[in-house]
Amino acid sequence: MTFGGEFREGLKLSFMALMANKARAVLTMLGIIIGIISVTLMGAAIEGLTRAFNNSIASIGADVLYVQKWPWMDTSGEWWKFRNRKDLEIDYAEKIKRDATLLAAVAPVVGRLGTLKYQNITANNVQVEGTTSDFMYVSKMEFTDGRFFTYEESRGNRPVAVIGSDVADQLFPNREPVGQKLKVNGLSFRVIGVRSKEGSFMGMFSLDNVVIIPMGQFQDIYGKHFHPSIEARVADPSDMDNAREELRGIMRKIRGLSPLQSDDFSINQQDLLTRAFDRIAGIIGGVGLFVTALSLFVGGIGIMNIMFVSVTERTKEIGIRKALGAKRRTILVQFLIESSLICLGGGLLGLAFSYPLSMLVDKFLPTSMPFSIAITGILISLLVGLVSGLIPAMRASKLDPVEALRYE
Amino acid sequence: MRVIELVKVNKVYDMGAEVQVQALKEISLSIERGEYVAIMGPSGSGKTTLMNILGCLDTPTSGLYLFDGVNVSDMDDNELAKIRNQGIGFVFQTFNLIPRSDALHNVELPLIYSGVPASERKDRAKKTLEMVGLGERVHHKPNELSGGQRQRVAIARALINNPSIILADEPTGNLDSKTGDEIMLFLEELYKKGNTIILVTHEEYIAEHAKRIIRIRDGGIESDLPIAKNGKVKSPQVMEKVQV
Ligand SMILES: Nc1ncnc2c1ncn2[C@@H]1O[C@H](COP(=O)(O)OP(=O)(O)OP(=O)(O)O)[C@@H](O)[C@H]1O
Ligand SMILES: [Mg+2]
Repeated sequence: MTFGGEFREGLKLSFMALMANKARAVLTMLGIIIGIISVTLMGAAIEGLTRAFNNSIASIGADVLYVQKWPWMDTSGEWWKFRNRKDLEIDYAEKIKRDATLLAAVAPVVGRLGTLKYQNITANNVQVEGTTSDFMYVSKMEFTDGRFFTYEESRGNRPVAVIGSDVADQLFPNREPVGQKLKVNGLSFRVIGVRSKEGSFMGMFSLDNVVIIPMGQFQDIYGKHFHPSIEARVADPSDMDNAREELRGIMRKIRGLSPLQSDDFSINQQDLLTRAFDRIAGIIGGVGLFVTALSLFVGGIGIMNIMFVSVTERTKEIGIRKALGAKRRTILVQFLIESSLICLGGGLLGLAFSYPLSMLVDKFLPTSMPFSIAITGILISLLVGLVSGLIPAMRASKLDPVEALRYE
Repeated sequence: MRVIELVKVNKVYDMGAEVQVQALKEISLSIERGEYVAIMGPSGSGKTTLMNILGCLDTPTSGLYLFDGVNVSDMDDNELAKIRNQGIGFVFQTFNLIPRSDALHNVELPLIYSGVPASERKDRAKKTLEMVGLGERVHHKPNELSGGQRQRVAIARALINNPSIILADEPTGNLDSKTGDEIMLFLEELYKKGNTIILVTHEEYIAEHAKRIIRIRDGGIESDLPIAKNGKVKSPQVMEKVQV
C-alpha cells in the first residue's frame, strides 16, 4: 500500500473517529487551544512591544546624549543620591558648546504642560518646550511646513512658535497654521513652522502634542526657576564613547568636581533604553515560553491519554484491520494522524481565539501578530500531536491480531 | 495444487511460572485448491488456534506451514499482513465489521490495504456487494443491517481480493437457523465456483456442507475423512435439528 493512500485513508478514518466523539475531541483540544493562544499572544505581544519600542525610540536620537539630573536606568537602587544632586542650569549649554570638540550641537530644553488658544479654540495639556535655535540640529527636526526659529530669533526672544502636528490639527483644522497667531498661556506667538508627525511613545502619549518656543519666551511665561536637560548631538555617531567622555569632563569642570568626587549628573543615551528593553523582553519571553511549554505539555499529556483510550476502545477494530491486511505502519499512521488532527484543530481554534484577542490586547499594549507567529503556532500544535500520539500509536500498531480480535 | 500444507505444527502457549499449554500437537495436513473442508472438535480442542495459524494471524511454535507453496512459518508481521490481505478471506462468527463504516467501505478495506485506486476499489466493492445480494444496501452501516446481511457483507469483504482460501470460523454461530442455512448455501455456491473453503464449526449439520471433515481433539488430528455425496454422517443431534 502506498504512503499517499495510507495517508488519505488515515485522514478519513481519523476524521470519522473524531466526528463520532466531537465533545471529547474538543475537550481534549482545550489544553492545546490554551497553549496555542498563549504562544501566539506572547509572540504577538513581544513582537508588538518591540516594534512600538523601536518606533518610539527613534524619537530619542541614537546619536544624542542627554545630560540630566536623573539616570534613565538605575541599577543601584539608591534613588535618594540622585535626588540630592544639584539641578542643571540653562547656561551650561553655552559652556559645553564652547569647550566641546566632538559635539555637533548642544541645546538646553525645559518643558511643562500649558494651554494654547487660537481664536475661540482651546487646547489644554499641550507640552510647551523652551529651547534655543540649536535644538533644530540636536533633534534633526523635519517640517511639513515652515521652519525652526533662527539664532537671531532665539537670541532676541522673538514671539515665534513651532508646533507639533497634533496641535496643528487641533487649532487649525481648516487653515494654514504658518503665519497665524496663537496664545500660549495668554501671550501671543506667531506660528513659523509645523513639525512632521513623530507618533506616540509606546502608545502612551503623543509626541506631536507640542509647541516649541525660544527659551527667553518660556521664562517670560513660566518664570526662571525651570531647570533644563541638556541635549547634545555627537559629531560622529561611531565615536559616542569619546564624545560622552568629553562631555562628562566638561560637566565635571563646570561643577568643579575634584578627581575623587563622583559625577553629580547623569549622561543618558538611547542605548541605555534599548539594552533595558532587550532585558525586559527577554524576561517576558522566558516566562512566556515557560508558561506556554507547560500548557502545551499538559495539553500533550491530555492528548496522549485520550489516544490511549481511543486505542483501547478500538482494539477490536485494530484486530479486524490487521486481519484484513493492515500493516503496522498503516495502523501507526492512522493513529498519528488522529492525534495530529486533534492538535491541529486545537491549534486552529487557538489561533481563531488569539487573533481577536490580540486585537483586544492591542488597545492596552501594542500588539502585532505577523503571519510567521500563526505558522509557528500551527507547526507547534502539529508537533505536539505527533509526539503525544506516538506512544499510543505504537502500542496500537504492535497489537497482536489474535489478541485484538478476541477483545470485547 | 496444494494451497495449504502443515508439517508437524505445534503451538505452545507459555502461561508463565513454567506452565505451558500445548494447544496444537504435531498437526500435519494438506488442503488442495478447490476443496471444502470442515474442522470440527469439542470446545478447547484447538480449532481456533489452528484457524489462526492457517489464517496467518499467528505463527506456529514449531513445524512448517506452506501457503501456496511459500513457507510462512517464520515470516514477520508485515509479510504475514500481505498474505492475509491477498491470500486469505476471513468470515468470523461475530461478523467483525467496522461499525462506523458503511457496507461499501467495509468491503473496500482489503483493497485499500493492497493499494487499489479509489475508483476501481468502489467499482469492485459495489459489484461484490451486488453478488451477495446487497446491491441496495451499500451505504448502510452494520447496525442498519440484519445479522444475515452483515455476514453477507463480511463474505463480500472476504471475496473482494480473490483470495486463495476463505476461512470461516463458526460463520453461522450468531445467526438463526434459517439465516444460517442461507449463508451455508452461499458458501456452497462459492465452493462450486471453485473457491477453497475452510469452515470451523462444532455443529455436525453445518459440517456436512463440506466435502471433507477434519476432527481434532486435544490439539491433535483425530480423523480426516471425505464425505460421500449420498452417505451422510449422521449423529443424533443432527437428526433432531433436521426434524425441527
Ligand atoms: N492465548 C492463549 N493463551 C493460553 N492458552 C490458550 C490461548 N488461546 C488458547 N489457549 C488454550 O489452547 C487450547 C485450545 O484453544 P482454542 O481456542 O483453540 O479452542 P477451540 O477449539 O477454538 O474451542 P471453542 O470451541 O471453545 O472455541 C485451550 O486449552 C485454550 O485454553
Ligand atoms: Mg474457538
